[in-house]
Amino acid sequence: MRTLSPKYATLIALIALIAVAPLFFPSTFYYRIGALIFINGLAVIGLVVLIGYAGQISLGHAGFAGIGAYACALGPIYLGLPPVLSLILGAVLSGAIAWLVGRPILRLRGHYLAVATLGFGILIYMVLNNESQLTGGPDGMPVEGLGLRELLKSAGFEIKASKLWYWLAALVMLVGALLALNLHDSPTGRALRSLHDSEVAARSVGIDVARYKLIAFVISAIYASVAGSQIALMNKFISPDIAGFLHSIELLTMTVLGGAAMVFGAVIGATILTALPQVLTALHDFENLVLGLIMMLVMIFMREGLVPSLARLVRRRER
Amino acid sequence: MSELLQFILSGITVGAVYALVALGFTIIFNASGVVNFSQGEFVMLGGMSTVFLLDAGVPMLPAAVAAIVIACAVGITLNKLAIQPARGASVVSLIIITIGASIFLRGAAQIVFDKQLHRFPSFSGDEPFVIGGATILPQSLWVIFGAVAVFTGLYFFFTRSLMGKAVLATANNPLAARLVGVNTNFVMTLSFALSAAIGAFAGVLVTPITLTSYDIGIALALKGFAAAVLGGMGSPFGALVGGLLVGLIEAMTAGYISSDYKDAAAFIVILGVLFVMPHGIFGRATVERV
Repeated sequence: MRTLSPKYATLIALIALIAVAPLFFPSTFYYRIGALIFINGLAVIGLVVLIGYAGQISLGHAGFAGIGAYACALGPIYLGLPPVLSLILGAVLSGAIAWLVGRPILRLRGHYLAVATLGFGILIYMVLNNESQLTGGPDGMPVEGLGLRELLKSAGFEIKASKLWYWLAALVMLVGALLALNLHDSPTGRALRSLHDSEVAARSVGIDVARYKLIAFVISAIYASVAGSQIALMNKFISPDIAGFLHSIELLTMTVLGGAAMVFGAVIGATILTALPQVLTALHDFENLVLGLIMMLVMIFMREGLVPSLARLVRRRER
Repeated sequence: MSELLQFILSGITVGAVYALVALGFTIIFNASGVVNFSQGEFVMLGGMSTVFLLDAGVPMLPAAVAAIVIACAVGITLNKLAIQPARGASVVSLIIITIGASIFLRGAAQIVFDKQLHRFPSFSGDEPFVIGGATILPQSLWVIFGAVAVFTGLYFFFTRSLMGKAVLATANNPLAARLVGVNTNFVMTLSFALSAAIGAFAGVLVTPITLTSYDIGIALALKGFAAAVLGGMGSPFGALVGGLLVGLIEAMTAGYISSDYKDAAAFIVILGVLFVMPHGIFGRATVERV
């Protein structure tokens, strides 16, 4: 019997997850959380390319989410762009900035790279926070909606905003997952994975290490930017917190929690960490305590992340 | 002129705190290769514990000592329960573990203590001294001389005592250190205790000036980490220089440009330095073995 390739297995699992989950939703509120999970999932798939494939680290990716989000907030006001074009503009801008910043930053390794990306993220946050005549400052600013729901309505098709966003975000995430999975098995993907294992070995077989690191950085920046744009368009409101250090850490933790090396693991990580705060609000003051504990426990006992560790457990049981 | 002097004085005060946090990073990094992002929580624990012990009627000195001991105990527990079991994990995993620890400690502090802003009285009054037209609080002098004392003490500890040399040996090469009879596990424990004590000490000194609350840790950890990297990860002298530089840059930016961007300026300088010197000012270049 031919076994399914990991690529199609992942896609089928994701589609099944997306299609089946709504059957268990007790109210439409859960569609919103679902949409949030898929949006975070998209950003995290980008980080899989950077962290899982190429083995680099970033403590500042929320900065790109911030660029994407504010592109959607400011584009319609200052450039008269429709929201969709603003999203694309944000993605292009993020990619360009990642390319410019990445060239010098990615020469650094380990902790030095961590602090450089951290600094970059904080700079973006500070600009969004301080240029209040443009961005509304810490109070945030309203964002024009996507207008898709109105369009559907005029075509005689009515759908609740939360449901629409659930399916839209799921679709965008699936496209993102497909691209990332294709990349994994392409020559570029192999080059990225080789420099994860050993930069020296990669260089000695003729791989342009700097160039491939930059490619991974730019790709992950674009993913984060599109995710940021979606959050802005869905909430119709945005504040600088989206670019904050804690959001960067959240994205990083989602990536590693589920399993940085695989797309499916990352989506599971996004699901857990997005749903968890909703559950934990019932615990009020214990929220931080439990979150910190989970982060530590998973990283100590399941180093490769939840999904790969559980998969190994299952495989061992089968034998 | 007196304006410049004023900015320098306040920069050195803040910088001394950053230098102490950076020193904590450096000590743990040297012993274990871990960047401990919960370093800022020790500063918080030092300040908050002192506040609550003072409220309970304990006099200043015993309260401060007890606060430092509490932080030490937390540091040792952290090492035993979270860092040692994760030995050999990747840099990213270790960063997430220590950030998790930082969130956990913050969560614990908001339950054990509270969410209010606290301070306690300065050690020797609030009557500022005037130096060349600039003023400085007596408490700032406590912070500066406290930092000087810690750095001097550690210098002698590392260069003159057998235990200090054992720590340095472990930092250089843990396996070789173990072969010549150094108990590297004890060195790890000692490093966490020492870092926690230094952090808590900084917390006790600075609380009368900057106030404290359960959530001050993460910002301090970021600045301390940045300072440690600026100076060169693993170099105590680098931690001192890095800390003072970050403090001075912040004070100058706040004074002459805009206080909104004081946090940004430090990071711009750090990015600039790293582009030219990828291992910080006093860091050693690491050679990768193939």
